[in-house]
Amino acid sequence: MELLHSIFIGPFADMFSDLSFLIQVLWEGFVQGTLYALIALGFVLIFKASGVFNFAQGIMVVFAVLALVGLYEAGVPAWLALILTIGIMGLLAIGIERVVLRPLVNQHDAILLMATIGLARFLSGAGQFIFGGENKAMITEELGLPTGSSEAEIFGGVVFFEHLDIAAVIIAGLLVAALAVFFSKTRIGRALRAVADDHQAALSVGISLNQIWAIVWFAAGIVALVTGIMWGARSDVSFALEIIALKALAVLIIGGFTSIPGAIIAGIIVGLVEKLFEIYWGSLLGGGVEAWFAYIVALIFLLFRPQGLFGEKIIERV
Amino acid sequence: MSESEKILSVNNIEVIYDHVILVLRGISLEVPRGKIVAILGANGAGKTTTLKAISNLLRAERGDVTKGNIVFEDEEIQDSTPSALVRKGCIQVMEGRHCFEHLTVEENLMTGAYTRRDGSSKIKEHLELVYDYFPRLRERRSSLAGYTSGGEQQMCAIGRALMSRPKMILLDEPSMGLAPQLVEEIFGIVKQLNENEGVSFLLAEQNTNIALRFANYGYILESGRVVMDGEAGMLSENEDVKEFYLGVGGEGRRSFRDVKHYKRRKRWLT
Repeated sequence: MELLHSIFIGPFADMFSDLSFLIQVLWEGFVQGTLYALIALGFVLIFKASGVFNFAQGIMVVFAVLALVGLYEAGVPAWLALILTIGIMGLLAIGIERVVLRPLVNQHDAILLMATIGLARFLSGAGQFIFGGENKAMITEELGLPTGSSEAEIFGGVVFFEHLDIAAVIIAGLLVAALAVFFSKTRIGRALRAVADDHQAALSVGISLNQIWAIVWFAAGIVALVTGIMWGARSDVSFALEIIALKALAVLIIGGFTSIPGAIIAGIIVGLVEKLFEIYWGSLLGGGVEAWFAYIVALIFLLFRPQGLFGEKIIERV
Repeated sequence: MSESEKILSVNNIEVIYDHVILVLRGISLEVPRGKIVAILGANGAGKTTTLKAISNLLRAERGDVTKGNIVFEDEEIQDSTPSALVRKGCIQVMEGRHCFEHLTVEENLMTGAYTRRDGSSKIKEHLELVYDYFPRLRERRSSLAGYTSGGEQQMCAIGRALMSRPKMILLDEPSMGLAPQLVEEIFGIVKQLNENEGVSFLLAEQNTNIALRFANYGYILESGRVVMDGEAGMLSENEDVKEFYLGVGGEGRRSFRDVKHYKRRKRWLT
């Protein structure tokens, strides 16, 4: 009886007894969720264009910020370091297309998957070799990102909004909007969607897959960089980010591997749910729930809705 | 035939899949500028492979042209890429339509203009032209291609190819899975495009009857070889073609035993 009470009644009573705290928790979860959404977005871009789950996406996040901070520490001004890092991600995309993807065209999906795991190991090693393995502080202020926080009185309590979090949400929103416009309005965007739909047909109308892959990996690299900056500013720049990035797998299962809106909504859902669960139910299980809860939700989805919330509609004509 | 009159010539090509499977064993054919040429033959004769060898889509399926050469507009193209070839003016419409299902009909057509660099107003104009040839596509312009009917998808695929402003279209099995009326309509449009826009066609068909009615010239393939070729009118009068491809026996009904006997004895000699 006591157990049932602490599962089904206690937490809700807690929530409504301190509404401003609840708002605080939801806000934190929401911000976390947008970052998950960004990471998942990188995966979706590549999955759509080349049909492969890119295990290296997590390390690309780390690599991008390490390059940024590394360049800054080497004495390059922050804005120039940012531009150079974008350039590095571009070169990386072209390199990956030439060295990894092009020779593996038309091989089995599993082979491409293995190649991305190899790529992840390579980037991880290269990152440590070039920039060192120790944690670095993010150059938040130098990049002109806001710090400090505002507080607002809501429901009689005080809720803190970190300026950095607000900036993260806005930047994430802008990035998603930019990508959406790019995909639906431009010639290259249309070609990207065409490739996602039917490789062969895309080839037949003269779309060069090599070019499209390089562009997609570059876009994923930019998303990785933005994610890395935001995440690094909230904690530290370290290789642990790679593990957190794998949470995108859970997000993708929930949202569907091929859907950009799915990735965003599922990312936010995961952020909110795991935060709520951690705060209000976590003590029942001894805390630390945040680390694995998303995967449980993903497992449940796999059982009942394997294509995810927004997975590609399978068009069948009768 | 002089050099400038033919837009495409395939010279004695051999195609091998996966390094071991020999599919085409020395095919040669020619397409005169502004004509419709048909490749006829049963399943597995090598029609699709021939078209893909020309359009360079073969390599995406681990096939390779190992002997011979292919000349389009006086340039050898067997080592080119599909996108370079589309820019040169030769595009393939694949068997089974292959529309981009999650794109609208209009977006599908616009992907055909991917390789063009002549500005969006020219492309818009051309889009209207395509809609004039395929009025049904104009009606369905904003619906997802995946939800349109088979005939509309075939039109969409041909229209998409047209958007690249081709000099030549390689058309693979346009009649597949379509009602006879629609097949007639689509072939009619192909003929119009050929006459009004000057597009040359190389089409692969199993439906020998309709192909020979609309084409100028035909090649008959059997297990990777050309066994017969000639003017379309001549082919459709030929006794052997009638017997094997048009399903009309020369001397009325025959018993199955005789047919087998006849087939065994028959050797193609060209």
